[in-house]
Amino acid sequence: MVKLDSKIPDGPLAEKWKKHLASLKLVNPANKKKLEIIVVGAGAAGASAAATMAELGYNVKVFVFQDSSRRAHSIASQGGINATKNYKNDADSDFRLFYDMIKGGDFRAREANVYRAAEVSNQIIDQYVAQGVPFAREYSGYLANRSFGGVQVSRTFYAQGQTGQQCTLAAYQALSRQIKAGKAKMFARRDMLDLVVIDGQARGIITRNLITGEIERHSAHAVVLATGGFGTVYYLSTLAVNSNGSAALAAYKKGALMANPSMAQIHPTSIPVLNDYQAKLTLMSESLRNDGRVWVPKEKGDKRHPNEIKEEERDYYLERKYPAFGNLVPRDVASRAAKERCDEGYGVGETGLAVNLDFKDAIQSQGKDAIKAKYGTLFDLYEKVTGINPYEEPMRIYPASHYTMGGLWVDYNLMTTIPGLYAIGEANFSDHGANRLGASSLMQCSGDGYFILPATIGDYLADQIKVPKIPTDTPEFDEAEKAVKDKLNRLMSVNGTQTPTSFHKRLGNILWTYSGMSRNEEGLKKALKEIKELKEEFWKDVKVAGELNELNHELEKAARIADFFDLANLIVIDALNRKESCGAHFREEYQTDEGEPQRDDKNYSYVAAWEYTGENSDPILHKEELKFEFVTPVQRSYK
Amino acid sequence: MNITLEIWRQKNKETKGQFVTYKLEGVSSEMTFLEMLDYLNEKLVKEGGDPVAFDSDCREGICGMCGLYINGRPNGPKEGVTTCQLSMSVFNDGDTITVEPWRSKAFPVIKDLVVDRTSFDKLIEAGGYISVNTGAAPEANSILVKKENADRAFEAGICIGCGSCVAACKNASAMLFVSAKISQFALLPQGKVEAKERVRALVQTMDEFGFGNCSNTGACEAECPKEIKLVNIARLNREYYKAY
Ligand SMILES: Cc1cc2nc3c(=O)[nH]c(=O)nc-3n(C[C@H](O)[C@H](O)[C@H](O)COP(=O)(O)OP(=O)(O)OC[C@H]3O[C@@H](n4cnc5c(N)ncnc54)[C@H](O)[C@@H]3O)c2cc1C
Ligand code: FES
Repeated sequence: MVKLDSKIPDGPLAEKWKKHLASLKLVNPANKKKLEIIVVGAGAAGASAAATMAELGYNVKVFVFQDSSRRAHSIASQGGINATKNYKNDADSDFRLFYDMIKGGDFRAREANVYRAAEVSNQIIDQYVAQGVPFAREYSGYLANRSFGGVQVSRTFYAQGQTGQQCTLAAYQALSRQIKAGKAKMFARRDMLDLVVIDGQARGIITRNLITGEIERHSAHAVVLATGGFGTVYYLSTLAVNSNGSAALAAYKKGALMANPSMAQIHPTSIPVLNDYQAKLTLMSESLRNDGRVWVPKEKGDKRHPNEIKEEERDYYLERKYPAFGNLVPRDVASRAAKERCDEGYGVGETGLAVNLDFKDAIQSQGKDAIKAKYGTLFDLYEKVTGINPYEEPMRIYPASHYTMGGLWVDYNLMTTIPGLYAIGEANFSDHGANRLGASSLMQCSGDGYFILPATIGDYLADQIKVPKIPTDTPEFDEAEKAVKDKLNRLMSVNGTQTPTSFHKRLGNILWTYSGMSRNEEGLKKALKEIKELKEEFWKDVKVAGELNELNHELEKAARIADFFDLANLIVIDALNRKESCGAHFREEYQTDEGEPQRDDKNYSYVAAWEYTGENSDPILHKEELKFEFVTPVQRSYK
Repeated sequence: MNITLEIWRQKNKETKGQFVTYKLEGVSSEMTFLEMLDYLNEKLVKEGGDPVAFDSDCREGICGMCGLYINGRPNGPKEGVTTCQLSMSVFNDGDTITVEPWRSKAFPVIKDLVVDRTSFDKLIEAGGYISVNTGAAPEANSILVKKENADRAFEAGICIGCGSCVAACKNASAMLFVSAKISQFALLPQGKVEAKERVRALVQTMDEFGFGNCSNTGACEAECPKEIKLVNIARLNREYYKAY
């Protein structure tokens, strides 16, 4: 029976991490040389962790499915990264960022973890600047800041609309330096397909070499998953098309608990779905809401060109409903409001599933050049995708699947319930509760990777120094390899009539309809049934082209989609269990008179952590009660 | 619209490849180029054929994973876009489109349109970084950077490592790629300390991996989807002379 111990240190909030750091066990440099660590994933979280642990002296093996770690999905993050430098003198502090995140997450995250994320944020900016990240600067040469959704201070550091690219490349370069130094080894074009657990400890992984198809065994003293989010389970999303949940699911099936899987963020400002062929949705960074005003026509079904609709005929509904925050309300609030307007028939564009994001006033007051300096790359991107020039007319936007707050359950040391298995970055659940605030993921990923994991992992490895190199010819490796081969063989042998992608689309559609921005019991139950049926159909009728022993994208996709069914099932079970509305999880049955989410702190102030019990049985729910010692949960209000 | 595709098919590194012709009906001008290839592949799979292997991930022009030689040009006829951002609206009904992988000794073909760009990683490993261990950094605002330099460093730093520059160059030179990294750091005070070692190491590694020399034809600049400028190569040359 799994027992959840979050290992949160005692003491005042601001002292916890410092105290904990001082009490962690250490590994001396001579012993570090004897220890191996596997890091799966090398985005902002994985690359920074791998580089830092290699600098410390560990032997690090890094696995990614792309051809290079520079291509991890983190590269696409746009708008910025938060820190509490308070360079703007707007009364920012670690506590304020902590409070914004706890409140933004609708009081469903752990206080101690969130505070620590805020606490290390400044070091991250120092680190990135030293590494040569060309963040935006003032004319004086000092670093510039802007504000981001859900907060009232300017604490976001940015490099135009390509902050994630610049930070990810810095981490990639730090890792490259360690590869050159021989302390890290890169295994690119590898898919981790299973986790190997020996005597209850994580000891290795099974991978598929994506070029040769060879199934490989890799061992280490500890395994770190930095495999990112699984928002692609919805099919269309703002994520890279190959992002997936297979590594996390493999860990779950080997005994790691999955926490709050239904907490999925639907981002308010994506370019809307344009046609049936579309493989992905393109995000327009939230930073645009600093200067862009969101509106729909006051008249239902008004199909006039937006520039012909006069000021008094426009409904700036966010400013109207939330005067204190206006266009800067958090993402969940903005997404729901857009959906509400569109469902009521006020949506714009051909499909009616879009709202306007208008820069007319900002251009008028600040000038086109100022807007271009802030958002030039985003405006160009928008024009490339849609053919519409946003300097001349409003952008059209609509919510899209974007981020998973849920993920593998970890304790304060970022260790899962399997000893020696860690989860960092978007792959874990720990810092964002029921809704993530903008520019706080890069911050969390980098904090986990540069500063937190490299310290906490030593506490575990200190007890491993006598353990020699882990052999890979053990029954546990045999068994895991066999399971992987069986699954792949089974996929190849179905030889049905429908492509993997066609199943992915249908699965995404079920989730989007019943477990997207708004959910209810009846729909969720329907979803459970439909997912089960679709999974059965998949295993009877999927067609996987090509061969096992070659580069085979169809097989890669099929294996990921097979896992998505199980993940989708778990998402819906979690959504059904949580009979309250909080953050991105909006259950229609639980809302205030004004249509805002109604939390139930008495019964649901917990993290739902699910334990796998087998292919055909329901998972077991473990509750980590959330204790709020330093803040008092309140009804979130942005009015 | 209906189009004809001439696509390079090659089973693996060892075998020789050839062009194969596909007639594709029902292509929409709203598709991106890669969505058109997805559409072709879905059709091929359903008909029991062998889908065309090509790389992509972000599908929004930032990861650098895609990149195809389309009608004799890297990323096709439109300037300033990656292959994943190319829209089918630039083609007409009845067109024949040739699709090839990058061709360069430093980028061997793995399968069909997929190439091995590990050599780019090796270039960065050779010195495309500032050697600062985690924890050693000073307070961020203690390093002042002129806005103009920060902006220009950013303009160089946005390289996505796709390889279009190498593919475009008749000598398969990696000068634009290398110069972008060298420039980013040359423009920042943080990068100055190791400037000499960095430029020497990168230039030497370029030769080791079989990238050709630069003869200043500017094809790389013309085809770079991120519009990285030739001035970076001039800066690389200056940095290189300063290093000896
Ligand atoms: C369009 C967009 C814009 C964003 N903008 C911002 C922003 O402005 N600010 C912000 O803070 N956040 C932003 N985010 C969120 C943020 O980018 C992500 O949450 C974050 O980058 C995740 O980083 P990561 O390191 O956890 O994972 P990722 O960067 O997703 O990396 C995952 C890694 O795992 C590897 N991997 C996964 N599975 C396997 C497997 N089975 N086998 C082998 N390797 C595997 C991949 O190869 C990759 O290297 C944005 C997200 C999107 C989609
Ligand atoms: S797929 Fe990422 S740049 Fe084209």
